Amino acid sequence: MKRPQEYPSSYYGRPIINAPTWKELDVAGYLFLGGLAGASSILAAGASVTGRPAVERRSGACATTAITLSLVALVHDLGRPKRFLHMLRVAKPSSPMSVGVWLLSAYAPLAIAATASDVTGVARPLGRASGLGAAGLGAGVCTYTAALIANTAVPAWHDGHRELPFLFAGSAASAAGGFALMTAPLAQTGPARRLAVAGAVAELASERLMERRLGMVAETLHTGKAGRRLKAAKALAAGGAIVAGTLGGRSRTAAVVGGAALVAGSALTRFGIFAAGMTSAEDPRYTVEPQRARKAAREAATAGVRAD
Amino acid sequence: MSASGEGILNVMMRGGDPATEAGWEDAPPRMGFFTDTSICIGCKACEVACKEWNEVPEDGLDWLGSSHDNTRHLGADTWRHVAFVEQRVAAPREDEQIGRGADEGFRWLMASDVCKHCTHAACLDVCPTGAIFRTEFGTVVVQDDICNGCGYCVPACPYGVLDKRESDGGIHKCTLCYDRLGAGQEPACAKACPTESIQFGPLEELRERAAGRVELLHEAGVTEARLYGEDPADGVGGDGAFFLLLDEPEVYGMPPDPVVTTRDLPAMWNRVAVAAGALLVGAALCFGGGDRS
Repeated sequence: MKRPQEYPSSYYGRPIINAPTWKELDVAGYLFLGGLAGASSILAAGASVTGRPAVERRSGACATTAITLSLVALVHDLGRPKRFLHMLRVAKPSSPMSVGVWLLSAYAPLAIAATASDVTGVARPLGRASGLGAAGLGAGVCTYTAALIANTAVPAWHDGHRELPFLFAGSAASAAGGFALMTAPLAQTGPARRLAVAGAVAELASERLMERRLGMVAETLHTGKAGRRLKAAKALAAGGAIVAGTLGGRSRTAAVVGGAALVAGSALTRFGIFAAGMTSAEDPRYTVEPQRARKAAREAATAGVRAD
Repeated sequence: MSASGEGILNVMMRGGDPATEAGWEDAPPRMGFFTDTSICIGCKACEVACKEWNEVPEDGLDWLGSSHDNTRHLGADTWRHVAFVEQRVAAPREDEQIGRGADEGFRWLMASDVCKHCTHAACLDVCPTGAIFRTEFGTVVVQDDICNGCGYCVPACPYGVLDKRESDGGIHKCTLCYDRLGAGQEPACAKACPTESIQFGPLEELRERAAGRVELLHEAGVTEARLYGEDPADGVGGDGAFFLLLDEPEVYGMPPDPVVTTRDLPAMWNRVAVAAGALLVGAALCFGGGDRS
């Protein structure tokens, strides 16, 4: 019996991998809120050290609220929410989720303590030290989520593992900077404005690099729901950065509009990346074609060595 | 931890053996499946036996319009899945004699898919609760009383094996009948298979048997026969459950070149650390200036 001439590249068009069971609002929402919280803690600590009390108050409150909502979302997403404490049975560096759980276990109390101390005026030295601790860990909270989603077989996430940490760091900075711009007086928001603009630039640049790296899988970033979200996210990030960067230091309206655009852009980026991953998991082409190409390249290299 | 059963094989299996690497002392030989799809008749006895023995709930009685496959895909409630592929091929010689044209032949490919029990199992690596563990037999099992349904293993698996069961929120998959193995029995699917398409045994022995079977098929002119998942040098360190296929793996719904995602995790952690450092340094630089522009 001869082999058939044409190969279907899939089995009745069904997915090869099982798509994540994660709920979009919970997990994509957490990717955004966790980044907003972590980078807001950094801003709050910087503001505390440099004497910008309004930014410290608002960014600190933002971090506390965002991380509390994050924890609720993460527990809500579990198939068996009552067992959320099972997360603390083990500590595994091979699982970004385990690393993240321990990171959040240390970060969240520090962030909340810093804000509580700031608001109540109780134990200020300890509160400021907690704020610095939250800032240090906050940087990890902003970026580990890149490893969380990249460390899967989902093509659009896994193949973007080199750029995603920078994309998420930039997106977090842009959101936290944008929030401070929106809420704090202009007299204190110089650093927030610079952080927001730099974050938006880093986000846009990393996304560009990631699109190039992904090859055919990059289609998932340009089409459908993910495509619409990421297109809007880019426009908001670029527009927000321009408005905030040029007029955000002089005009209250510009600061609010630019800041809001950056926050919205960051959220849409996370929801867009989440949707792109789901699309790349559900269509077998994105699993099969890159793997076939990789296999063919390896076989060609082996054949080349043999021929030599 | 220790495991029962000692013998000369145990000594030979040490080194590179996943059970030993997981901390088992005196682990029995690594056990696995060799699924020879060239003799699968598509009876689905494996699916039924698996469901019965493991009390896997019913997961929809649907007509899928995909040949005789109304099972769909491996998941929380499907631990064995028999794939049916219909292909138009050149007619065998006896058909040509009765006047059928060159392209009017037809073949059915049937294959019983299952969890691969990878040497480097992504599901086990990413499980944050320790619910997924390596047994003394080198297999990978989810402990239902520990799993909190976080779902991280679901997209981590390069084969699409694990999934969440909606009725209980937990993640379920093939255990390679861990309970039966402990009692010296073979898994239910292998026991039920009427053609011995599903063969169970020590992995080393199965690999030898499979190599012999491929050789035999090649001699008989079935040149398309190839093994899938038997190579310890592949992206998952070789599968504990491997296959003899008659076409490319993707035709059966399997990935052509699976890689355990955690192979790239050290590179990811490096990038995460650099990005976090850059964020802190960048933020510090942003504080080095005034507020008005």
